[in-house]
Amino acid sequence: MLSFILRRLAIAIPTLLILVVFSYVIMYAAPGGPFDMERTLPPEVMANLEAKYGLDKPLIVQMWNYVYNVVVHFDFGPSFMYKDQTVNDIVSQGFPVTLTYGFWSFVVATVVGMSLGIMAAVYHNSWLDYVAVGISIGAQVLPNFVMAPILVLIFTLWLGWLPGGGWQGGQWQYIVMPVIALSTSFMASIARLTRSSMLEVLNANYIRTARAKGLPMRRVIFRHALKPALLPVISYLGPAFVGMITGSVVIDMYFSTGGIGVFFVNSALNRDYSVIMGITILTGALTVLFNLVVDILYAWIDPKIRY
Amino acid sequence: MALFEVNDLNVKFQTNDGTVSAVNGVTFKVNEGDTLAIVGESGSGKSQTAFAAIGLLARNGRASGSVKWDGQEILNLPEAKLNKIRSSEIAMIFQDPMTSLNPFMRVSEQMEEVLTLHRGMSRRAARTECVRMLDAVRIPDANARITMYPHEFSGGMRQRIMIAMSLLCRPRLLIADEPTTALDVTVQAQIMDLLRDIKDEFNTALILITHDLGIVAGSCERTMVMYGGRIMERGTTAEIFATPTHPYTLGLLEAVPRLDRKEDVLPTIPGEPPDMMKGFVGCPFEPRCPLAIDLCKAEAPALEWFSDSRVRACHRKPEDVA
Repeated sequence: MLSFILRRLAIAIPTLLILVVFSYVIMYAAPGGPFDMERTLPPEVMANLEAKYGLDKPLIVQMWNYVYNVVVHFDFGPSFMYKDQTVNDIVSQGFPVTLTYGFWSFVVATVVGMSLGIMAAVYHNSWLDYVAVGISIGAQVLPNFVMAPILVLIFTLWLGWLPGGGWQGGQWQYIVMPVIALSTSFMASIARLTRSSMLEVLNANYIRTARAKGLPMRRVIFRHALKPALLPVISYLGPAFVGMITGSVVIDMYFSTGGIGVFFVNSALNRDYSVIMGITILTGALTVLFNLVVDILYAWIDPKIRY
Repeated sequence: MALFEVNDLNVKFQTNDGTVSAVNGVTFKVNEGDTLAIVGESGSGKSQTAFAAIGLLARNGRASGSVKWDGQEILNLPEAKLNKIRSSEIAMIFQDPMTSLNPFMRVSEQMEEVLTLHRGMSRRAARTECVRMLDAVRIPDANARITMYPHEFSGGMRQRIMIAMSLLCRPRLLIADEPTTALDVTVQAQIMDLLRDIKDEFNTALILITHDLGIVAGSCERTMVMYGGRIMERGTTAEIFATPTHPYTLGLLEAVPRLDRKEDVLPTIPGEPPDMMKGFVGCPFEPRCPLAIDLCKAEAPALEWFSDSRVRACHRKPEDVA
C-alpha cells in the first residue's frame, strides 16, 4: 500500500509538468497579453514592462524559469494585474475562504445527498422515493446563479436573518448562504448516484442471504449494502470535493466572499498569466491528490482491490 | 401436525409487461426430519415457492394462500416477525455461492452476526461456535481462515461456508436452493454428501430444490415435480423413479444420462419452457406433451390422489403414461 502511494505521488510529478506545459501553451496562444489596454502604451514602455516580467524571452525559456522558481523557491511569481501582490499572496488569502465554504458544502452535499439517496432506494417507488427524487431533480436544475439571488432575497431582504455578502474572517452567518448555493447541485448528483447504486446492491444475492439470515432491515442496509453501494459515489466525491474547495466564481461574485474562484476568472480575462498558472496548478495538484485518496478509499472498502 | 405446511400457494409478479403467475396452487407438507425434493426446470416456480414461503420475494412479488410453520401462519408476516423464524428456525442456502456471500465482509463477520443477533452471544463465544461449525463442514484450518474474505475461497468452500452459516442456529428446516448447480461435478458430490451427513447429525428437515434428478435419488425420501408454476406429480422418490405417472416426469427421467444404456443422443423433451407471461387455460405442459389430448388444451387437470402417498395432475390415466 505504501509503495502504491509513493508510486502514485511520483507519477503526479510528470502529470503536473504536462499540465504546466499545456496550460502555458494554450495561455500564450490566446490573443492579447497582460499589458494590452484600451489605450496602447508606447512601444518603449511595453518593451520595458515585458523585460521586467521576462515576457521578452522565448516561450521555452519562460516556462523553464517558471518551473525552476516554483520547484526551487516555491515562488509562483508576481501578479501582472495586482501590482504589489504575488500569486502566493493571492492564493493564501483566497484559498482559505473557498476551502472553508467548499469544505462545508462538501459535508452538507454528502450527508444530505447520501441520506436522500439511501432513503429513496430503501423505500423504492413509495412517496418517500418520489419526494427524494423530486428534491434532487429540483436541486440539479437550479443553477447557483439562480439559487444565490433567491437566497439573498429570502434570508437577507425578507427575513433579515443573514448578511447578503462579505466574509468577516469566516463567521458562520457569512458561510451559510454560500454553502447552500454551492452544495445543492452536488447534493443532487450524490443523491441520484447513491439511489441508483443502492437499488442495484439491494437486488444482489448477498442481500437476499442477509435477509434470509433474519437480520433486521437496518442492519441489512447499513452493514451489508452501504459499503458496496458507496463505491460509485466515492469515485464521484473525489473530483466533487476538489470542485467545491476551489470555489466558484458565482459564489465569490454574488456573496463578495473574496475566494479564489473570482480571481481565477478575472485572471483569465486579464491574461494575468502567473495567477492563471498558479490556480491551475493548485487545482491540478488537488485533483491528483484526491484521486489518490479515492483509490485508497476504494481499497479500504473493497477487499478484492489490493495494490 | 406437520412442521411446515404449504397450502394453495400462489405467487404473482407485477411487471411492466403484465402480471406473471409464477406459482399456482402449490400444496405440500414437510414433517420433522423429512427430506423433500422440488424438481423442475428453470422457471417452473420451484425457487419462488421457497422464497414466498419465507418472505424473500422480490419487491414486485405477491404471495397468497397459506404457509404454516409449526401450525402458525407465516405467509406475508411483517419482516420483524419473520426475522425471528428465519435462520433460527428455517434457514436457506442459495444457488450461487460466488454471489451469495457478501464480498465486502469477512466470513467471520457474516457468520458471527447470526449468533450475536439471534442468540445474544458475545463476539468471542460466537467466534468459537463459528469455527466449530466450519470444522463440521470440513473446511481445513477454519480457525485461521475464518477471517478471510469470500473471494479467497473456492466455489465449493464458499458453499460449505453457506451451509455452516445456515446451520449456526440449529434450524429445524433447511431449504437448499440448487446448492450444487454452480459447482464442479466432483464438488457437487462432496456437497451432497455433506448435506446428507448434516441432516442426520442435526436432524434437520431438508427441502432440496433442484433440476438435477441425479442428486435427488440418493438424498430425498419424497419428490415433488413442478412445471409452469404447478405441481405435476408428488410422491415418494422411489415410486416416482420406478413408475412415473406423469408424462413430464417421464421425460425428465429419460433425459438423465445413464451408464447402463448406450445412447448416441441423449433424449430431451422437445419444445421450450412455457412463457409465464401468458396464463394457461389447460395444462401448462400440453404443448410439449407427447400424450396430450384435446381435453389437455381446454382444461387444466386437477391435482388428485392416486395412491396413499402420491398425487398427480394429468388427464391421462397413469397406465397410459408408463
